[in-house]
Amino acid sequence: MRMNFKTYQMKEFALIFRLKDIADFKPSPEQMQERMNWLASIAAQNKLVDKGNTLLPIRGSAKTVKPNNVVTDGPYTEIKEFISGYIVVKAEDIDEAVEIAKANPIFSQVGGNIEVREVLKRD
Amino acid sequence: MKEGEPYNEVLPHLFRQEYAKMTAVLCRHFGLKHIEIAEDIASDTFLKASEHWAINGIPDDPTAWLYTVAKNKTKDYFKHISVFETKIENDLKSGIQNNEVDLEFGEQIISDSQLAMIFAVCNPANNRESQIALALQILCGFSVEEIANAFLTKTEIIKKRLQRARNNLRNNSFRIGTLTKTEIQSRLDTVIQTLYLLFNEGYFSKSNNQFIRKELCSEAIRLTLTLTENPLTNTSRTNALLALMCFQSSRIEARINEKSEAVLFDEQDKNRWDKSLIEKGNYYLVNATNGKEISKYHLEAGIAYWHTTDNENKWQNILQLYNQLILIEGSPITALNKIFAFSKVYGNKKAISEAEKLNITGNNQYHELLGYLYSQSNIRKAIEHYEQAIILTKSVTEKQTLKKEMERLKKSNYRVQRVMR
Repeated sequence: MRMNFKTYQMKEFALIFRLKDIADFKPSPEQMQERMNWLASIAAQNKLVDKGNTLLPIRGSAKTVKPNNVVTDGPYTEIKEFISGYIVVKAEDIDEAVEIAKANPIFSQVGGNIEVREVLKRD
Repeated sequence: MKEGEPYNEVLPHLFRQEYAKMTAVLCRHFGLKHIEIAEDIASDTFLKASEHWAINGIPDDPTAWLYTVAKNKTKDYFKHISVFETKIENDLKSGIQNNEVDLEFGEQIISDSQLAMIFAVCNPANNRESQIALALQILCGFSVEEIANAFLTKTEIIKKRLQRARNNLRNNSFRIGTLTKTEIQSRLDTVIQTLYLLFNEGYFSKSNNQFIRKELCSEAIRLTLTLTENPLTNTSRTNALLALMCFQSSRIEARINEKSEAVLFDEQDKNRWDKSLIEKGNYYLVNATNGKEISKYHLEAGIAYWHTTDNENKWQNILQLYNQLILIEGSPITALNKIFAFSKVYGNKKAISEAEKLNITGNNQYHELLGYLYSQSNIRKAIEHYEQAIILTKSVTEKQTLKKEMERLKKSNYRVQRVMR
């Protein structure tokens, strides 16, 4: 019962991954393994709400729609960084979510950043 | 008459092996609605055996004896009921069709009946967990406690669940053997899950202080094999499950010593691994990978496969499979096994910090793992964790194994191996 109470109090946070260089988008098998270790470690602690998805940044898979029917290719024409994916975790507070993000191997692998955002559910 | 085998040793063994089968075959005749009648006749049969054998000794073919008695009891029952029906209530007839009993207890009929029964019990009138619990009880002869173990829950909850499920079945007067193709396919997943749990209870037994119950393992394999022989149920998942069972079974003889104690994975004599079962496992695993599907059975079969190899990337591969498995099904035991594999790849120090993040201090296997991981660096902490594990585990054999490891640790820096697969 105490467990349930704790889960109830947990908040959800989206971790949004951004990479700097499109060349980093395809990880090596070793990099992939390290990322899987990180993801599975969150799941093992029962803190993974949604394993999320990868967002393809490549030509033909990414467009940006703007006012007046203007459509551009990909997100990368104007901003250097691009979003490569997201997951949703649960944590007591944003500090815990930040700690989870800090352990992500992309910082040592290729650089980039992770935006941590509390999820406010639409009911 | 058999010499040297007292009836009170043979009978419990036969009960475990034959009770569920007998009930399944009988149910074919009575319909699920009257499952209690089938269970009563099976119980009566064993009662009669215990009385008769105590006086007259064990017959030459005890199984045949049991089935003859069951057959006669069923005939008597039908005779009785037909008198009752014609004289009093014709309505009752609808549930029971054959007055002429033609009971067959051949190998083929038994496995067909058991499978047909499992499919019938896995009726969506009940929720999935109740379906599985009921199938384990009626068809696999599980006690309430064993079912509670399989579901990691309390016996009280299981009792209630079973009672409700039985009532639901009784209120639905469906019969066995009338399922459509679509029904069979939609129920297959629950049936597979039932067989998976049946196998696991045999392989990681927590009951009766037994470490392995081979008869449950071979029963699960036999039934899964039957599934692969029917085109309707010969799916990628079925094959993956069978592969998993073959790989696991290949180590059964090596997992237990002559004193019925657990032999830890790294101390197992690999020559005692059954090569032919490993080959069978490979065969079914290849069959399972024809499709695009990756189920938990595929992942677990893959993990079991890598355990049989000596490949240098063995543990890395096992770890990655566990990483995928935990995303599908996050149980504490998967998390702990994942960290064990992690320790083999990245070393104990990193694994300790991963393990401590889990913080499931009420779980004996958590302490067992930490005891193992600390045994190289901090003997005092290792012993503390082993002590906790001994307090928390219910299994007598596990307590013994852990005590032995602890003693050894106290004496030297001996590397302790965790109970693993």
